Amino acid sequence: MDTVSQPTDQPIRYLLLISADEALEPEVISDEGLRRFQEWFADLERRGVLRAHEGLHPSAMATTVRVRDGEVLLTDGPFMETKDQIGGFALIECADLDEAVEIAAGHPAARFGQVEIRPVR
Amino acid sequence: MTDARAAVAEAFRAEWGRIVAGLIARTGNWDLAEECTADAFAAALESWPRDGVPDRPGAWLTTTARNRAVDRLRRAKAGEAKLRLLAATATADEPPASDHVVHGDHGDHGVHGPRDDRLRLLYTCCHPALGFEAQVALALRTLTGLTTAEIARAFLVPESTMAKRLVRAKQKIRVARIPYRVPPPHQLPERTGAVLGVVYLLFNEGYGATSGDGAMRPELTREALRLAGLVAELMPDQPEALGLLALLRLHDARAATRIGAGGELVPLEEQDRGEWNRATIAEAVGLLQRALRRERPGPYQLQAMIAACHAAAARPEDTDWPRIVRLYDQLLEHVPSPVVRLNRAVAVAMADGPEAGLALVDAVAPELGDYPLLPATRADLLRRAGRRTEAAEQYRTALEVAGNDGERRYLARRLAELDRV
Repeated sequence: MDTVSQPTDQPIRYLLLISADEALEPEVISDEGLRRFQEWFADLERRGVLRAHEGLHPSAMATTVRVRDGEVLLTDGPFMETKDQIGGFALIECADLDEAVEIAAGHPAARFGQVEIRPVR
Repeated sequence: MTDARAAVAEAFRAEWGRIVAGLIARTGNWDLAEECTADAFAAALESWPRDGVPDRPGAWLTTTARNRAVDRLRRAKAGEAKLRLLAATATADEPPASDHVVHGDHGDHGVHGPRDDRLRLLYTCCHPALGFEAQVALALRTLTGLTTAEIARAFLVPESTMAKRLVRAKQKIRVARIPYRVPPPHQLPERTGAVLGVVYLLFNEGYGATSGDGAMRPELTREALRLAGLVAELMPDQPEALGLLALLRLHDARAATRIGAGGELVPLEEQDRGEWNRATIAEAVGLLQRALRRERPGPYQLQAMIAACHAAAARPEDTDWPRIVRLYDQLLEHVPSPVVRLNRAVAVAMADGPEAGLALVDAVAPELGDYPLLPATRADLLRRAGRRTEAAEQYRTALEVAGNDGERRYLARRLAELDRV
């Protein structure tokens, strides 16, 4: 393979998957939690990097779909039953992984949950 | 002929990392950089014995590698912009006429001054988004030119495993866009810590191999020493980089006396001090003094001071243990870890008697869990205290958890001595 990756000034897109223990939701919607979230959001707007951002209903509201042998199978709940569940996502467009890390680290949920950074194809 | 081959080997040690780092900077393509650099050395092996060694081998290799990259990019129909970039920098990344060495005053030429692409390469290899093993492997491959097979042997993993690890690391750098740069000032302290940590752990892995037949894996310590020299050269205003180099050299000066004829580990007090490499020690102490003049002490400088203290004692009983205890106190302020407390306990035992040390060992033991050197340390102190039955018991436990054969042989010898008398 002789493809050439470019050192480029083109921005790169990352999906930030924000997850945490859903039992900690009160923390997220507390006054302090909301203030932190607004700070984070304001920082993203200043940087001009935000392409999409949504918060999600709890994983108990999820429906998981699989097709096996042509049959559509539904599961009531998320695809993985883990303590931490995805609660929101943000699509950002920024310079490099270091900037994405800075942005992810600023999300209030990073303090008690985690943010997974996935480069977009 | 053999001179030319020796010249290629010498140039490989001196130039590999610099050429790879420069090509990555120009092309952003790690595989291309490595392959073209390897091609340049292959070309040197062919032409130097025939045509003679060029006046400036580094410049010859740089140009050859760069021309190869231009050819490859042309064939891959890379953008004109990049080809122009390669051409424009044709003279910029040739090596300086005289090599920078670690000695001498570099003034303010540190990480904020004119810098070497190797520094960018090193920080990128040690980016925290890469796992530790990937960091080390990538640094060895790109900066020292160790082959995948050699790195795999050094880490006792199959070559295919190491190849996958390297491919994945390079892929992540590209796909996730880990920037190729020395981090900005506000991130420098922690990122520099990671760079020094990679070198230090690599050395430790070689010096007190956690696995394997021998007590040491000299190929790892050798490469760690080279990387430490490079880091110190590239960061002359970072006293911890100098401190690390001094520390590793001080350990290395004693390396030959650390392993006995039977492959057993020889403790400090029984090592043949006449065989310690005095020239290396003097050089290391000089490096350490230069670091200390910056008046920014840190864990590596403090550990080097402790090692220098041992090196300064002509006989074990001349060791200034109270000073070593004080240095451990300072080290604890930087690194409040139970392992440092355990080492301090040993120094206290030597300064104030084994019972004082044992009390400190007992105090820190709960935090150490199943740290393999805990029973061995306890056993040695119990032996010094004349508590033979307890000592033997601890040696037996230590034998069960020892990481390598050298350690096991030492422990078995101690146990046999206790059983014999």
